Amino acid sequence: MVMCANIFRGFEIRPEMVARTVCDRKAGVGKVNMDDRLLLTGNEAVALGALHAGALFASAYPGTPSTEIIENFARNEGVYAEWAPNEKVALEAAIGASLGGVRAFAAMKHVGLNVAADPWFTLPYIGVSAGLLVVSADDPGMHSSQNEQDNRYYAKAARVPMLEPSDSQEAYDLTREGFRISERFDTPVLLRLTTRVCHSRSVVVPSPPEPPRLIDYEKDEKKRVMIPGHARLRHPVVLERLSALAEYSESFGLNMLEEGQNRHEFTDGAGGERQKSVLFITSGVAYQYVKEAFPSFPVLKITMSFPLPRKRIKEACSRYENLFVVEELEPYLEEEIRALGFSPVGKVRIPRTGELNPDIVRAAFPELEGKSDEKRDLPFASDGLPGRPPILCAGCPHRGIMYALARLKAIISGDIGCYTLSVLPPLSAHDCQVCMGASITMAHGLSKALDIKSSLKAHSESASAAGGDDENLERLVDAEREGAKGKRSLSSERPRYPVVAAIGDSTFFHMGVTGLMEIAYNRSNCTVVILDNRTTAMTGFQDHPGTGRTLMGKDTVSVDVEMLCKALGIEHVKVVDPYDLEECMRVLYEEMNRPEPSVVISKRPCVLREKSPGRPYYILKENCNSCGLCMRIGCPAVVRRGEDILIVEEQCAGCGLCASICRNDAIRSLDI
Amino acid sequence: MEKIYPEDNEVLSVVLSGVGGQGTVLATNILGQALLLEGFDVKTSEVHGMAQRGGSVMSAVRFGSRVRSPLVPYGNAQFIVATEMLEALRAAPYLSREGIFIMSKSRIDPLPVLQGRASYPENALEMIKQIAPESIILDAESIAENAGSRRAANVVLLGTLSLFLSVSEETWFKVLKSLIPARVLEINRRAFLAGRTWKEAR
Repeated sequence: MVMCANIFRGFEIRPEMVARTVCDRKAGVGKVNMDDRLLLTGNEAVALGALHAGALFASAYPGTPSTEIIENFARNEGVYAEWAPNEKVALEAAIGASLGGVRAFAAMKHVGLNVAADPWFTLPYIGVSAGLLVVSADDPGMHSSQNEQDNRYYAKAARVPMLEPSDSQEAYDLTREGFRISERFDTPVLLRLTTRVCHSRSVVVPSPPEPPRLIDYEKDEKKRVMIPGHARLRHPVVLERLSALAEYSESFGLNMLEEGQNRHEFTDGAGGERQKSVLFITSGVAYQYVKEAFPSFPVLKITMSFPLPRKRIKEACSRYENLFVVEELEPYLEEEIRALGFSPVGKVRIPRTGELNPDIVRAAFPELEGKSDEKRDLPFASDGLPGRPPILCAGCPHRGIMYALARLKAIISGDIGCYTLSVLPPLSAHDCQVCMGASITMAHGLSKALDIKSSLKAHSESASAAGGDDENLERLVDAEREGAKGKRSLSSERPRYPVVAAIGDSTFFHMGVTGLMEIAYNRSNCTVVILDNRTTAMTGFQDHPGTGRTLMGKDTVSVDVEMLCKALGIEHVKVVDPYDLEECMRVLYEEMNRPEPSVVISKRPCVLREKSPGRPYYILKENCNSCGLCMRIGCPAVVRRGEDILIVEEQCAGCGLCASICRNDAIRSLDI
Repeated sequence: MEKIYPEDNEVLSVVLSGVGGQGTVLATNILGQALLLEGFDVKTSEVHGMAQRGGSVMSAVRFGSRVRSPLVPYGNAQFIVATEMLEALRAAPYLSREGIFIMSKSRIDPLPVLQGRASYPENALEMIKQIAPESIILDAESIAENAGSRRAANVVLLGTLSLFLSVSEETWFKVLKSLIPARVLEINRRAFLAGRTWKEAR
């Protein structure tokens, strides 16, 4: 083990190293010494903890609520941090870095660990060299996720020790502790966060940073090459390590029983005479809600939640009559406590879905005297207010192409990104969506199923449908443009092969490429639309392998999507401008009618990243008959005021999509 | 204006609400950092991600000698600072008996309203006054525009809120300087002061 003075040089505690948003600590005046107090989000605290633990390598794919961890880490001198194409890649890169001898971590949202699950389950067999931390940010309540899985089970399933912070100070401390545990026990460590820990700010007092420890590389193939013969030898090691970790968990300081001010009791509702004592058992941010709602009751706070400190739990539980388990999502602790022979009250009262809060926790235990506030009387029902769902921005390049797909009555297999917002009315442009990259593969299966069914039907309906006929198509496009009534219009014409996958560029690089290989190799009639806006927009504009820039701001190569698709075996690759609706309709119609795989790349930078595409548009009142067609694109700049429709100038980005669907030439650019 | 100060074991809460893009998260951080510098224990909660695509944004700052939950219980907030009227109403269940709104009388119609699928509560302003008659209601966007940019409406409201908090002007400006990009710092300083002197301005 050697220390590298060169790298160590930059490592003094400077808050601006971690977050530009942190105040000058020295400047404070007040009743306590504030020299060491920082107000950090959980994500910033993890980044600072990793930095102070001497971590030098980090890899991640952006995903709310985990994204800012690595962004904050990357701002520091002397460290290396990167955006990986996906979480599996990120974790494997971090494993490599650990074997290479520097402390490393990978950060991801909860569903990211599904992607990384393959290395995750074998990683404990090979262990680590330098400390290795995996950060999973779960999203109870699904603020920005497709499910609310409870990743605590991943720790148990893979036999990886897990730490659960309840605020930013713990996030900082446990990040540092995680690296120590990792090296001491030769194991990866899971740091399990939730949205409310990631995105809440609380006070962090940092401790002196450790210098980075650089561990010499040594070959050890019996430990690191998991052929069956080696793996059989390593599995018992995993179990032995687990016993050692269980002992460690018993003595872990933050697995703590807070007795409360006194032995709290409540009157049993039935008889009204017998007094019963109460113990809360909780972990993660739920601990804070318990302390808020029932400030002086005894609490057993579990911080190292795998392996559990069974003896300590047993000892504490046997001293109280009523055991109330408060945890978000699944009954993870509750089941374990039940297995120890106790009968705790948990999910009978605490919801298994959604996020908890102090009100839910208090309401779950009406027999206890908790803290509650008096509300103001409200002259309305708060659930009766009109909702404000997130929407595609004015000028968003996804709008035109998704509108075109909906008009063509495509079966749209969607993916994860801003464009998923087009599922909402009025666009309603999605049929299905599951996870990153699934748009393409599900479209493949869907399309194959339609083919199988139609070949089983002797007289397929699709045989009589119009399509492929150029002259006919031109007429249809014209009809669509003019909106001639009575004539057949393109939009009412369902192409013969209507299955389309819609996927963003970052999502395509994440997990779409293998799906496209599937389509090319196994020949389905899908059209894959790649919505290339040159950024990872939904999570806040992160770079990816197509942007030509790295997380650390260096120029690099960028993937040529067209060439990539062709190399995978897709012969027909077209590029369209999503602001040109006519072109989009025409190209999509052609490609959707092709009895072969095809790709349409919709190319336009995110409107929030680029200068406005043009001058705003306005409605020429004398031409407008308020038909409302322009409102079908769901643009926030196009609004109805009474009978009139107008375009809000400050909102309009000037993309011109509304003008291209107006049949009365009533929408004009301020340019003209 | 009488300043509020958390008593022993008391936690005070400010809920900030608005529409994605109005700077609610930034205002939350400014407020939190200022209270930290004054020596309080502070917790904030924010929501990032989907909420920022023009959706509702609600965040909170809680302070006192020891803060537990970052989330504010219903009926617990002394202030609701809102940059939009409908979002003020949405946050109303968090207001305490003594609490008030500090609100900009801005109206931003959500998409379902723009499309005629839902209606905006036309009497939003009256309802706010009815819930908490002592509320301070400003045309924060116009005030911000006078200061240099309508986008500083959030900082105007922070200026008004500052009248009630035991945080020195020096601290506020220190925090503004550390969190706001240099090129718009002066606009935001003016916006903050305009909010702080809203009474004189009328």
